[in-house]
Amino acid sequence: MAIVRDRRGSALADGVRYGALTLGSIAFLIPFYLLARSAFMSEQDLIGTSFHLLPPNWQLSNLTGLFTNPEIPMARSLVNSAVIAVTQTVGVLVISGLAGYGLARIPYRWSNAVFYLITATLLIPAAVTFVPSFVLVSSLGWISDLRGLIVPGLFQALATFLFRQFFLNFPKEIEEAAFLDGLGYWGTFWRVVVPNSYGFGAAIATITFIGSWNAFLWPLVIGRDQSSWTVQIALSTFLTAQSTEVSQLFMGALVAILPLLLMFIFLQRWIVEGVERTGISGE
Amino acid sequence: MSLTRSTPGARAGTTLAQRLRGPQNRNLWFWVFVGPFLAGLLVFVYVPIGWSVYLSLFESYNTVTPTRFVGLSNYTDMLTDAAFRSSLGTFVVFAAAIVPITFVLSLATALLVARTRVMQTFFRSVFFLPVACSYVVAALIWRMGIFTGTGSGLANALLGRLGIDSVPWLSLTDPPWYWLVLVTVRLWLQIGFFMILFLAGIQRISPTLYEAAAIDGAVGWKVFRYITFPQLRTTSTAVLLLLLINAFQAFDEFFNVLSNFGTYPPYARPPLVYLYYTALGQGQDFGHGGAGAVILTLIIGIAALVQGRLVGFGGRD
Repeated sequence: MAIVRDRRGSALADGVRYGALTLGSIAFLIPFYLLARSAFMSEQDLIGTSFHLLPPNWQLSNLTGLFTNPEIPMARSLVNSAVIAVTQTVGVLVISGLAGYGLARIPYRWSNAVFYLITATLLIPAAVTFVPSFVLVSSLGWISDLRGLIVPGLFQALATFLFRQFFLNFPKEIEEAAFLDGLGYWGTFWRVVVPNSYGFGAAIATITFIGSWNAFLWPLVIGRDQSSWTVQIALSTFLTAQSTEVSQLFMGALVAILPLLLMFIFLQRWIVEGVERTGISGE
Repeated sequence: MSLTRSTPGARAGTTLAQRLRGPQNRNLWFWVFVGPFLAGLLVFVYVPIGWSVYLSLFESYNTVTPTRFVGLSNYTDMLTDAAFRSSLGTFVVFAAAIVPITFVLSLATALLVARTRVMQTFFRSVFFLPVACSYVVAALIWRMGIFTGTGSGLANALLGRLGIDSVPWLSLTDPPWYWLVLVTVRLWLQIGFFMILFLAGIQRISPTLYEAAAIDGAVGWKVFRYITFPQLRTTSTAVLLLLLINAFQAFDEFFNVLSNFGTYPPYARPPLVYLYYTALGQGQDFGHGGAGAVILTLIIGIAALVQGRLVGFGGRD
């Protein structure tokens, strides 16, 4: 860190700082601990009248119970979530990557008009227009259909905007050399620009994947039948209806966040970059 | 430069097809690159909004094709509907709590983390980790693990240690303890995200400013007040705008914490929850739902534009 250390009372200041950070960390980890603990508790212990630090009876059968419970379509909804998140991530990278490059590098008379058409939608969050989107998707017959869950999410104005900014700052000399070699726009993009943009692509990809995996409102609106539930909808249905075993519900939640926790452990660098880029897009 | 070079004489003596394709087929390539995205954006963003404006002028129950033209009465219905106005009130109350608290806590966390040398990565990761968690999973932990009405929840267990009776956090409206549940769950989920934005802002501050301040003898609060905070102006305004927009879209935690067997209590309904039950609940009232969507879109669009003007965003090319 580039912050100059003040010498006076720095031991005391350090003590206060580390004390505060440690307390904060414990508070932030408690919900994860409760999730893991509850996932292995028996139903009676979990909904009883007293609090248990650790499961009095370790209930490993919650995991098998979760996948065999006929009430919760857990396996199916995990597959749905994975299909949706992977397709949307790949789709957004290709569609927004191409569009961002075209806007940044191909001179065209209407380029600015198109760009304003795109940035205008940045002002309006997708959630606010879920009723109009539902009307459109239902008239396409895509209710309870994976197409209805996937396709509208493929066109992310923010991703296109960020790709454009990124390509504007891409060193032009490399592209010009490729262009002079006769690669053209298409060849230059795929063979020169893309291989040099993996880091930025990874940042956009991780953020898109997390957003897609954790999405709730749109899958709730479109995924009416059990067959089209995502894992978030499956968990939410049984949480709000309280119709199944709560301990299995916690086990389901634990299973649902595992893929993202693994991503956070191995890809945190790209996620942090993605947050920085998407958070403050004006820079 | 070769990418923007135009062929001499492109205008004169060329066929219409050649002119449409542009020099070096540039116009054609522009649409190959940008066309798919723009087509999707028009179909899935512009068309629905236009359709919704159209539907909002009609009566349309249980159908997405309009039945009877009613003019602006859907709009006047919405604006005079006590439930709709109270949903805007719910947003104001929620935003008044969540925006300043998240702002202060994520800034404080970023400042603390930025100044640690040992275990900095560890602390940053811990505060950032909840970003991986969905609102559904967090709502489950809050509802069934922490703020359970019985003694099996963490909150009541801690109160029990102090000799205080169990509080039914979610089934009381007076005092409205559910706000504590709703605000803390969102704090946990989003503080890490905004801490990362502040950390990035702090890292961009030039070290020479701090060196100069140290020479002048400024320490602690004064360094923050006169250097760090003013230097974070851009980040701070962006964070405030994002926090406000996020609060306006609140849906997930309200729905998952408060709804029961498909019904939602009449209180604590933010705008999107209200709209969800109007348009997609029993009545499937797309006329009023469309009008509500248009009103909310206008509110947030205007708010973003005003804020953008104030901060100087948007016009940047």
